[in-house]
Amino acid sequence: MRKSNATIAWRRKDLLDIESLSREEIELILATAESFKEVSRREIKKVPALRGKTLVNLFYEPSTRTRVSFEVAAKRLSLDVINIASETSSVKKGETLIDTGKNIEALKVDIIVVRHNYSGAAAMLARSLRVSVVNAGDGWHEHPTQALLDIFTLKEKLGAIKGLKVSIIGDIAHSRVARSNIWGLLKLGASVKVCAPKILIPAAIEEMGVTVTESLDEAIADADAVNVLRMQFERDSQDAFPKQLEYFKNFGITEERLAKLSKKIVIMHPGPINRGIEMSSAVADGPHSVILEQVTNGIAVRMAVLFLVAQANEYINPTKHFSNPKGENKV
Amino acid sequence: MKNLLLKNGRVIDPANNIDEVCDILVTGGKIAKVSKGIKDNADETIDATGKIIMPGIVDMHVHLREPGREDKETIATGTRAALRGGVTTMLAMPNTLCAIDCAERVRLLKDIIARTAFANVLISAAITKERCGKELTDIRKLKEEGITAISDDGSSVDSQKLMLEALIAAKKEKLTVTCHCEDISLTNNGVVNLGLTSTRLGLRGISKESEFKRVGRDIELAASANAPIHIAHVSCSESVQIIANAKQKGIRVTAETAPHYISLSEEAVFGYDTNFKMNPPLRAKADVEAIKQALRANIIDVIASDHAPHTENEKEIEFDRAEFGVIGMETELAVSITELIQAGILTWPQLVAKLTTKPAQILGINKGTLSVGADADIAIVNPEQDWLVKKEELISKSKNSPFLGRTLKGVVEYTIYLGNIAYKKTAKQ
Repeated sequence: MRKSNATIAWRRKDLLDIESLSREEIELILATAESFKEVSRREIKKVPALRGKTLVNLFYEPSTRTRVSFEVAAKRLSLDVINIASETSSVKKGETLIDTGKNIEALKVDIIVVRHNYSGAAAMLARSLRVSVVNAGDGWHEHPTQALLDIFTLKEKLGAIKGLKVSIIGDIAHSRVARSNIWGLLKLGASVKVCAPKILIPAAIEEMGVTVTESLDEAIADADAVNVLRMQFERDSQDAFPKQLEYFKNFGITEERLAKLSKKIVIMHPGPINRGIEMSSAVADGPHSVILEQVTNGIAVRMAVLFLVAQANEYINPTKHFSNPKGENKV
Repeated sequence: MKNLLLKNGRVIDPANNIDEVCDILVTGGKIAKVSKGIKDNADETIDATGKIIMPGIVDMHVHLREPGREDKETIATGTRAALRGGVTTMLAMPNTLCAIDCAERVRLLKDIIARTAFANVLISAAITKERCGKELTDIRKLKEEGITAISDDGSSVDSQKLMLEALIAAKKEKLTVTCHCEDISLTNNGVVNLGLTSTRLGLRGISKESEFKRVGRDIELAASANAPIHIAHVSCSESVQIIANAKQKGIRVTAETAPHYISLSEEAVFGYDTNFKMNPPLRAKADVEAIKQALRANIIDVIASDHAPHTENEKEIEFDRAEFGVIGMETELAVSITELIQAGILTWPQLVAKLTTKPAQILGINKGTLSVGADADIAIVNPEQDWLVKKEELISKSKNSPFLGRTLKGVVEYTIYLGNIAYKKTAKQ
């Protein structure tokens, strides 16, 4: 099944963040994803890897693409999938997150994929439960599978990550995608620049190891790739936020700006795009954009994550572990 | 009342400049003799060889939650927890439900204390009615009811006019004013220290400015009122600097810090454990160091627990939604020994002074000393013994301690309150 030549074993029952992962662990996920990518090209796009196991998508925030991507990934691994959205659950009746988690666990589910509006919610759930927990985005904290699929896509397009120059543009302060990407890229040896209006740069971000600029031209000048964040104008915010048109004028990616560059750069966006705000339609649909490839790669990456955490979880597999060449994945 | 004889302990009584191995005789609830080789008969003799004998701790910052939130703590459970920590006197903050802001409520609280307390509970009343910051309480009347201090703890009094009036009134009534220094407009609904920690965790940050700007303002108001002022829970180096400057100028400011600000830095919050969520938040390592040095330099006068019990329901939830605060009376002495004595920051007499003599002075009470004739409030401590902080052994009704699972040095073996053995360590602990 796996053709990875990574030399380490995956031992985590959960995937909560990128910050705590080692470079080797990230490489193991990427290598595993590579072998799963092939599955989506088959006529029958399904492997029996996790047959008989159940996954719950527990989403406390509206999400279409991440939830569907996890659902597709799970189904291709032969997992049974149940979707719970907070509007229809007991959350509205005041049940705590931990109680909800324990009830789901009592249904003998194996993996919970959680999206939550509070930072740290996935970690709290993981601490309280024996089932595997995969963070599908917690507050402003992290969105690890998004960063993994971004990095996977970059690797496909540009080869090695080491030595790449990547700029992240947009609302860094409130972005879990930014944080996960920063950790992942830095761990793999890229250099990272973040670019946003000052009010959207969080405190002490330089201490994470990135450089900061308020100039979009500077951010894209010598970049190999840019990751453009979604501006959440719909967000119910108590903080200052730029006006849409003003934002596009200063931070929107346009063909004119790209034309001034000496080389072609890769443009990523986690979606959904605000056309005419973060970038022009021409750029979104143009030759630089890998946005739809990111979506496709999300499936392979999430298959890899689900496979690895399930395999490492003794609670899910008390007796049987999945075979692998060196037998290293025993917990 | 029984006579007690404490033999051969290292008696530390900073009020009388005593630090020597000797005996203490307790009769009629009072200290009767402090000297070597006391031969008097006693009903009970405690061999304190190798132990520290110190005044019972005067903890000038605790939340006992009664009346109103008896699910978190009561006067009974809080004072029993206090005794386990060697605390015999504590100042209860007024942010109960309802706030202690008028004579009737002080009387209600006094009645509960008289009926249920196992140790000495002093009352801090609110500065403003319902702690809303809009209208001063009747400070003279509250004094007549026997309160010791005033504070809107949990909130700062935003209005400079009211704060100034409160300082003037408190000075007249000889009441301590304890200031919770926080400019809410700068707190930004934060939950952890602003900086790399808030950025890494994706949580809203609380700036140091929100604390030290208000420390500065309150000290200036005290200077204009020519009144003493006490700054609660100092957490950052900038506040230390402001207090140091004020002291140098002769302004009558005193300050306290809490055990968690000398033992834990913001890194403890990684993992989102809400037992590390408090206000002010855990700060940077450099701040922890600055607080320790400020204790050594007497810029910070007092260690007080800021004992803040919360139920599991209020803590075992998302970090943003969890209550601020941690319990502390059962661990404050051991944390202080571990962080300050072990590390050579303070000597034993210096530490004991910050836990007993100094807070008693600031509150203007006749406690915190082993003087002949004083109330026999005494802690006997094994300074060398290590112990593991276990949830199931905590006496406090709430278990929200940031030290769970930590090994601390220094065990309270006996706590004597008004001449009676009010707490004795059991074998299993």
